[in-house]
Amino acid sequence: MTATTPATAPATTAQPRRFRLRLTRNRKARAGLLILAVYAFVAIFGPTLVTHLLGQSPTAFTGQVLAPPSAEHWLGTNQDGVDVFAQLIWGTRSSLLVGLIAASTSTVLSVLVGLVGGYYGGVLDQVLGAVTNVFLVLPGLPLVIVLAGYLQGRGGSIAVAIVIGVTGWAWGARSKRIQTVSLRNRDFVTNAKLMGERDARVMGAEILPNLLPVISSTLMLAVVTSILAVSGLEFLGIGDVNTVSWGSMLRQAQERQALFSGAWWWFVPPGAAITLLGAAAGLVNFGVDEITNPRLRVPRAPRVKGGRA
Amino acid sequence: MTSPTDERPTDERSAGRPVPARRADDRPVLAARDVTVHFPTKGGAVHALDGVSLALHRGRTHAVVGESGSGKSTLARTLALVQQPTAGTVELHGAPVEAARRRRQRREFAATVQLVLQDPFSSLNPLHPVRYLLSRPLLLHRPKMPAEQLETEMLQLLERVALVPARRFLDARPHELSGGQRQRVAIARALAVRPDVILGDELISMLDVSLRLEVLNLLATLRDEEGLAMLYITHDIATARYFADEITVLYAGEVVETGSGEDVTQTPAHPYTRLLVESSPDPSPESLAAGPGGDGERPRADAVAAEPPDLISPPSGCRFHPRCPLARPRCAEASPPSVEVDDGHRARCWALTDDEQYQRGSAA
Ligand SMILES: Nc1ncnc2c1ncn2[C@@H]1O[C@H](COP(=O)(O)OP(=O)(O)OP(=O)(O)O)[C@@H](O)[C@H]1O
Ligand code: SF4
Ligand SMILES: [Mg+2]
Repeated sequence: MTATTPATAPATTAQPRRFRLRLTRNRKARAGLLILAVYAFVAIFGPTLVTHLLGQSPTAFTGQVLAPPSAEHWLGTNQDGVDVFAQLIWGTRSSLLVGLIAASTSTVLSVLVGLVGGYYGGVLDQVLGAVTNVFLVLPGLPLVIVLAGYLQGRGGSIAVAIVIGVTGWAWGARSKRIQTVSLRNRDFVTNAKLMGERDARVMGAEILPNLLPVISSTLMLAVVTSILAVSGLEFLGIGDVNTVSWGSMLRQAQERQALFSGAWWWFVPPGAAITLLGAAAGLVNFGVDEITNPRLRVPRAPRVKGGRA
Repeated sequence: MTSPTDERPTDERSAGRPVPARRADDRPVLAARDVTVHFPTKGGAVHALDGVSLALHRGRTHAVVGESGSGKSTLARTLALVQQPTAGTVELHGAPVEAARRRRQRREFAATVQLVLQDPFSSLNPLHPVRYLLSRPLLLHRPKMPAEQLETEMLQLLERVALVPARRFLDARPHELSGGQRQRVAIARALAVRPDVILGDELISMLDVSLRLEVLNLLATLRDEEGLAMLYITHDIATARYFADEITVLYAGEVVETGSGEDVTQTPAHPYTRLLVESSPDPSPESLAAGPGGDGERPRADAVAAEPPDLISPPSGCRFHPRCPLARPRCAEASPPSVEVDDGHRARCWALTDDEQYQRGSAA
């Protein structure tokens, strides 16, 4: 098809593009996004670079125990004689991966529950609302600890990530439900239903695309909160003890009393990595709030005349 | 409600237009019979419609005029089976239709009756290109259509609503189109299922004045060429007169007057219609196109409004009595009967039964 579209025809859709533009124009959000981008880059390419350029491994014994930072070992070595920098970089990958899995799980669940409940309303909505409320008041962390402890060794950190996702979707479901309710009676949705479109199609093709900007921004935050949660669990020794991650690095440093031996290079880097990530998420969150409040913007022409009450 | 159209004066707008002769057996395509819609609310039931009847015929336009809140949209939604009537029925080709609960029934009904909404900015999903918007109704009603035929049909639809060159519009998204173009896409979408009836809820009120006449003429052409039955909802009795064969005037959920476009606008019988007509400007196409402004500025049904009636506890008797210049004690006590003032021209007002003089005035 080589139809000549109007010169302004963009490849992307109007609304998410506008949202994205506003997000990158907001200074706080931009700073946060930049930091997150660096993390993503490190997670994807870091381990390869560390292996091939520095020749370091996150598990191999280097011959030096508790060596301070040097040209060879940028962040020194730990008590097992393993290069801390290599561990940090590999830990970034596993921490982000686990966060991504947890966040995807909770996002998919929250979108499903919010969309279906908000779209159908009635009894189904009430039932889903009740389930949502139960998950909201469930003491999330203790539950995760119990479940993750039980799953330990039976799926490792991925199982823990899924548990975190399953316990953490409720807030998101609420906000997605509210937005679905506001979209449900929009004219284009009414039109699609009038045409005789299947409900799944109305939800998937008419409503869901309009939720995407918000889904994508909350997904980012969900990734970060999940990472923090997983790191916390790993620090407590829950999860896969053999994975190199920020949490497990911190736990080892704590167990081996790195603080007393003055090996700051062992525990400061993973701690800083977690802190900075949390700060980045906070910045993006501020940005999203500034853009979307007081109400989430969905494209809407100004109504010229007073309509129904 | 059966005015002999062969006697209608032929003015420039109906010149050359084959007015379908209405015979006794000319059954309405779609009709509302004594439709009542009450919306339960915390404060009580909102009487949006009370005992409203109206019929749409092949190749003819029926305008519904009334101020904001008079129940026009509710009527259109009821006819489209979006709104379940509290009482009364909707009849398709003379047979009552049940609310289409099932998707298949819904689809079958949609193949006959299409609702086009007022606001083309919200009736088209901003995220879909025109191609998608048009392909959905085509595929829903003829699922096995091959790709090339689909493409051809979409291009034909765009040409029918005068969006040319059609190819240019296929991949545009709604935000790249003007209001008038969007409304044409919405109309093309409605035409895609080859309906018999188009229900237009204030189709042109959101459009630029310069585009209104264009869209109205497009609708008139489609109606004449395809024999579509049309419901044309408007605030503005002037466009109704220009465009419609019959006019029904709604006030506070009740029909106060109905008749041919000529009769209702030339010799309005109900005091409310008179006020509407008096405050309405010259309805010539030129002034429509060059009109003073949007729906808000143009004298419209609202312009007469002092205070809109309370629909939860509507005024007793004649609902117009608190605002009526001719109100008499009886008006607050009993609801006036429907009086046939002329062939097919009916109105509900006590003055019509009481006042010799008023009747003569209305016939003048
Ligand atoms: N879902 C609803 N629930 C409660 N009241 C409603 C509902 N829909 C409409 N109404 C009320 O019914 C009355 C008629 O509404 P309707 O939309 O039919 O008026 P309208 O003539 O189309 O007005 P407008 O010209 O402003 O579009 C109004 O008072 C409106 O507030
Ligand atoms: S019935 Fe009475 S109040 Fe109603 S329009 Fe006629 S004269 Fe006016
Ligand atoms: Mg309306």
